[in-house]
Amino acid sequence: MQSLVIVAHGSHLNPESSAPTYAHADTIRASGAFDEVRTGFWKEEPHFREVLRTVEGDEIYVVPLFVSEGYFTEQVIPRELRLEGWDVSEWDSDGLSADQATLVAEDIDREVHYCGPVGTHSAMTDVIERRAESVTGDPDVGEGFGLAVVGHGTERNENSAKAIEYHADRIRERDRFDEVRALYMDEDPEVDDLPDFFESDDVVLVPLFIADGYHTQEDIPEDVGLCEDYTHGYDVPTEVDGTRIWYAGAVGTEPLMADVLLERAADAGADLGTALDDVRETTRVATGD
Amino acid sequence: MSDTASVAEDDPEVPEIDLPSDAFDAVLDAVSDLGPGEPLRFEGFSVARDADDQYVIAYGDRQTGLSEREFHEALDERAPAVTDWYTFEHVVGEFGPRRAFLRWIEDADGRTVADRYAALAAGIERAWGQLRITATVTDRGERRYDIRHADDAGVPAAELDAYEDPLDARDIVKLDAKGRYRPLKTAPTLDSGWVFPALSPRDAYETVETVYPATVVNWHRERQGELDVTHWRETMARQSGIYGVVRTWDRGEGHEHANWVAEACCDDSQCLKRREWEYDDETDLDVDGGDGVFPCREPCSVVVSGARKWTRLESEQSRTYEFELTPSEKEQVEAVIDAVADGRVDEIREADTKDPANRYRTRFLRAKRFDDAGNLSGTPTEPDDGSQ
Repeated sequence: MQSLVIVAHGSHLNPESSAPTYAHADTIRASGAFDEVRTGFWKEEPHFREVLRTVEGDEIYVVPLFVSEGYFTEQVIPRELRLEGWDVSEWDSDGLSADQATLVAEDIDREVHYCGPVGTHSAMTDVIERRAESVTGDPDVGEGFGLAVVGHGTERNENSAKAIEYHADRIRERDRFDEVRALYMDEDPEVDDLPDFFESDDVVLVPLFIADGYHTQEDIPEDVGLCEDYTHGYDVPTEVDGTRIWYAGAVGTEPLMADVLLERAADAGADLGTALDDVRETTRVATGD
Repeated sequence: MSDTASVAEDDPEVPEIDLPSDAFDAVLDAVSDLGPGEPLRFEGFSVARDADDQYVIAYGDRQTGLSEREFHEALDERAPAVTDWYTFEHVVGEFGPRRAFLRWIEDADGRTVADRYAALAAGIERAWGQLRITATVTDRGERRYDIRHADDAGVPAAELDAYEDPLDARDIVKLDAKGRYRPLKTAPTLDSGWVFPALSPRDAYETVETVYPATVVNWHRERQGELDVTHWRETMARQSGIYGVVRTWDRGEGHEHANWVAEACCDDSQCLKRREWEYDDETDLDVDGGDGVFPCREPCSVVVSGARKWTRLESEQSRTYEFELTPSEKEQVEAVIDAVADGRVDEIREADTKDPANRYRTRFLRAKRFDDAGNLSGTPTEPDDGSQ
C-alpha cells in the first residue's frame, strides 16, 4: 500500500494557510496514484510529530510543501518526524538538488522516503509559468511581457535566493518572456523598485511562496505600490510608475503544484501510473479561463 | 464520555438480515484459502470445505456434504454472525486504530453478535469530543454511522446540513460559530448544524480523523499500553529557531510556570484532550489534566508558541505599583480579567451594568481612571515616565 504524506507549515492565525495543501492533496487523491494521501503540519493538526502514526501504508513518501531547502526541510521536519539517523548529508545537496533519503521513522518503526521540497524541483519552473498564464488569462503569455520571480532573499535562508535564481534562469533560457528577473523582499534587487528593473510595459509578478498570507497579501502589494493599504485591495493589473503589474499571489496556490508533489514522489521511486500526465492535464482544464 | 455504550432499550429484537452476496463470496474465498477441513470460525459456529469441495458447518451439531446453495442457506440463517465477520475482516480492514475504534463503538469485544445487532437496530451512541456518533445496521448487515455535533443530538437530519465526503469536515472545523479561525482542532468550539447521516465504517473513521486529527491513533496506543508521552521539559528542550529561547525559561528550577501554562491552555474548557504529559518523568503538574476520552501526549504547537511569548514576558521582574481604586473598582478589574479569560465577553448584555465586565461599566472605569497616556490611575509603567 503506497502512501503520500504532504507536510506543510500551516498557521495559528491564518485560516487559509492550509488551503493549498488540502487542494493539492485532493487533486492527487482524485488521480488515484496513491492508496492514501495524508497531510501534516507544523502549526496545525495532525502535527509533524503525529502524522506518520495516522498512515496505514508501507510505502510512504513524505514531500515537504516548502519553497526551499533550509531550516524546515533540514532540521525541523526530520526531527519532528523522528527520522532515525537523519543527517543533511543524506541529501547530498548543493542547496537545490535534494532528492530523497530513505530512513526509518522511529514513530512507526517503518521506512519512509523523505523527499526534497517542491520549490527546488525542476517542475516548479512550469508552475511559475502556469501561474503567469492563470493571472493573465492567456495560455500563451510571454511576448511583450516581463516576469518577476520574487522571494524572501538570503536574510533568513541563503537557499531561498538560490531557488528563485534557479527558476528565473530556467525561464529566461526558454526565451518565452521578453525579460525575466529574480527580485527579493529583503535584499537587492528589491521588489519595491520593480519598474526600474523592467523595460516591458507589462510585468507578471510571481511570488515563490506556498500559501497566501502576510507576505503575499500585505507586504508585497504595499511594497510594490499596488495599494497604499492592503485592506483596500488592488486591481490586476495595476499600473505603477508606467509599468502594468500583474500580481499573481502565491505560486503555491496554483493547481499544477500537485504535479510537483507527484514528481518528488516519483523521483523517490513511487509508482504513479499515468497520474503525472493526468494531473498536468486536469489542472490545465481547471485553470483554463 | 463514558466507556460503556448507551443503548436504547425499546427494541431489543435482533433485526432480520439478508446475507449479501459479497459477504457470502468472502466466506467462500476464505474457506477456499484455508484448505479442506480447516475451519473458519464465526461466533457460535464454524465452517469448512471438505475434500470433495462440499461444505461443512459445525455448531455443536454438524451438517456435512452441503452444496454451495445449501451452504448459502445455512449461512443466511446465521446472517448476523456472518455479516459481523465480513464487516470487521473485509470492510473495516486491518489498520489497528480504525479497527479498534469501530469495534469500540459497538463494544464488539465485549458483547455477543445478537446483543449488538439488537442494539444497532435501535442505534448505539458514542461521544468523541463534541461529536455524537450513532452506529446502526442495515438489513444487509452493513454498518452505518451518523456523525454530528453533540448539541444536535435528536435533531432530524433533514434540519441539518448534510455531508457525505469525510474531507468536507475540513470546512466544518475551520471556523467556530462566530466565524473565528480555530487553530486548535480539539478546542471545544466545534460549530454545530451539520450531519454526516450515513457513513460507511471507513468513512466514519476518516470523518473523526478529520475533525480530531490523530486522536484515534493516540487513544488506540493508550489502550494498548503504548502511548508515547513526551513531557514538558523534553518538548521544550527539543525546540530550535525562534522557539529555542524557551529553554531560558525552563531551567529546571521548579515547574510553577508549566502549571500556569497547563491551567491557561490545557483545561477542558480550552481543549478536549486529556493531558497525559507532566513536567517531567518524575514531576507531575499540580493542575488537572481533564476528562477527555482521547489523550494528549505532548505539549502542542499552540502551547509551545505561548511558551515562547511567556519566556519573553516572564524575563521581567515584578515591581510594586501603586494604583488608586475603590473596592468595587478593584473587583471590577478582576471581573474584566475573568470575563476575557473565560471567553464570556460576548455573553454580557449591552445594558447589564450590574455585570462588572459590562462594556459601559468598563468604559466608565477607563474614563475615570486612565490618564491621557492610558495609564491606570495615572501610574506610569516606567517610574521615570511620570505623566502626572
